[in-house]
Amino acid sequence: MEDRREALRVLAAAQWRLAVTLTGAMMAIYFGFVLLVAFGKGLLGTVLVPGLSLGTLLGALVIVSAWVLIWVYVRWANSHYDRTVASLRERER
Amino acid sequence: MTTTLGQPNLVAILFFLAFIVLTMGITWWAARRTRSTEQFYAAGRTVTGLQNGLALAGDYMSAASFLGIAGLVALSGFDGLIYSIGFLVGWPVVMFLIAEPLRNIGRYTFADVVAFRLRQAPVRIAAAFGSLSVVAFYLIAQMVGAGNLVKMLFGLSYETSVAIVGVVMLAYVFFGGMIATTWVQIVKAVLLLGGASLLAVLVLLRFSLDPLRLFAAAAERYGPAVLAPGQLVSDPWDAVSLGLALMFGTAGLPHILMRFYTVPDARTARTSVTYATAFIGFFYLLTFVLGFGAMVLVGQDAIRAVDPGGNMAAPLLAEVVGGTGFLGFIAAVAFATILAVVAGLTLSGAAALSHDLWVNVVRRGDAPEREQLRVARLSTVLLGVLSITLGIVFKGQNVAYMVGLAFAIAASANFPALVLSVFWRRFTTRGAQASMLTGTVSALVLIWLSPVVQVRILGNPTAPFPLGNPGIFTIPLAFLAGVVVSVLFPEREAEDGFAELEHRLHLGGELRGREAAGTAS
Repeated sequence: MEDRREALRVLAAAQWRLAVTLTGAMMAIYFGFVLLVAFGKGLLGTVLVPGLSLGTLLGALVIVSAWVLIWVYVRWANSHYDRTVASLRERER
Repeated sequence: MTTTLGQPNLVAILFFLAFIVLTMGITWWAARRTRSTEQFYAAGRTVTGLQNGLALAGDYMSAASFLGIAGLVALSGFDGLIYSIGFLVGWPVVMFLIAEPLRNIGRYTFADVVAFRLRQAPVRIAAAFGSLSVVAFYLIAQMVGAGNLVKMLFGLSYETSVAIVGVVMLAYVFFGGMIATTWVQIVKAVLLLGGASLLAVLVLLRFSLDPLRLFAAAAERYGPAVLAPGQLVSDPWDAVSLGLALMFGTAGLPHILMRFYTVPDARTARTSVTYATAFIGFFYLLTFVLGFGAMVLVGQDAIRAVDPGGNMAAPLLAEVVGGTGFLGFIAAVAFATILAVVAGLTLSGAAALSHDLWVNVVRRGDAPEREQLRVARLSTVLLGVLSITLGIVFKGQNVAYMVGLAFAIAASANFPALVLSVFWRRFTTRGAQASMLTGTVSALVLIWLSPVVQVRILGNPTAPFPLGNPGIFTIPLAFLAGVVVSVLFPEREAEDGFAELEHRLHLGGELRGREAAGTAS
């Protein structure tokens, strides 16, 4: 009983750590982009190849980064997290 | 260019009627399956991950994001993209912090989660206050948008348009509850994603399927500045504040949160956010093409001539690349979009009124099932009438700021209390009340004092509060209020209940019994 409670606590802490890290990463990426828009107007206007400015590229990459962060979370949750939850439920009976 | 926009369009009317017939059929089918509150509020918790992903996307992709952002990009280029991106980055937050706890701890509303280990009545009242404020402002924005849009697209009068939207939406929710609402969202999401994709492909066909050639053509015609940041973000603090509201507001929108109760378990909730983020991200990437496509193929002057705000950019573009028939189709899709969003909003508002206020405050959590269902339907009618009335009262008003306001309240009133209640052991009833009320009231007051209302609407020369969106102050303020009040007035029972909450958060609640029974047999 006691080690089950301890295992749940460890799992909860790991979930919280990952959730906060990934949320922080999303904030850093998005607000980094917003601050670049505000302070680096010239830089973001740089044309890389005809039709593609650095700003448009980074903007699209912010969307892609949201997908990547979600993928990281889902990979962890579907494997490690779900496995631990299943074994905790098992032990509960 | 000459446009047939605003004249009765046979194809638009046919497509729209087909949509109404299809969704009413769905509603009739759903009504026969709506016998309990679990079916009315949560579609019997049988929605799959893909279905809920589409429905979430349907709830989220409003006409404002389809028509508004395409127009913004068409008229101001790169600056419009800042909005498309801001609306997406809230979804990872929903995934990491909100979706699974909500599914595992609550039943129908987000207040179920906040009130789980706290005193029911005070928390529910504060939560309903926040929820209903968000729903009301969001509804006003949608209804006024609906009136203007349908007027422009179909040539109907403003009042008729508002009344049609209100009555049809009411029929979905009243008879078919969450089952009908979910399927209307799915149909709408498929139509919107399909229509926008087709439009983008038709545009790109003129640029050998290379978006960069399209962007280059835009830069050639309107100068390289259209690909660079311009005037829209003149004050970085304003941009950061709006960004915070968009990012954390998504995780506090009652109609979005409610969707997580329609799936069978936390894992499906996770799957549904993954699908939703994929669809919504894809859609916002499409707005890059649609916006610049309209800029080049329709032209900024022609767009402004029809609507100075640029809202008709996408329909005009459809007419240029696909003729009157395609314009009709896109117009019908836009109408369907509004209908679906207001249906989702109304259902979540009805849940706050009936499940939170009536059942859990007035009846102290003990009301017969039949009565609960009756009150839920009564609340739906109330909100339907309210939304038509608000739509007509706010006719001709500039309501663009109201979506921002709804996001600001959602981010400040709902999100902090939700996160604190799930992840902070020492959170208390008074802390929750303080956080939710501080969030709602401070967001309302600061928006009132902001340049958006004071200068642009009331015509005053200056505004007491400098920012257009208050998120940067109100979100930390709501967190602070929750923490300080909880520390000042500790609540033993709330702390004791945390172990059970944590257990349920990770291992699930009522599901355990069913699963255990399944293995035993």
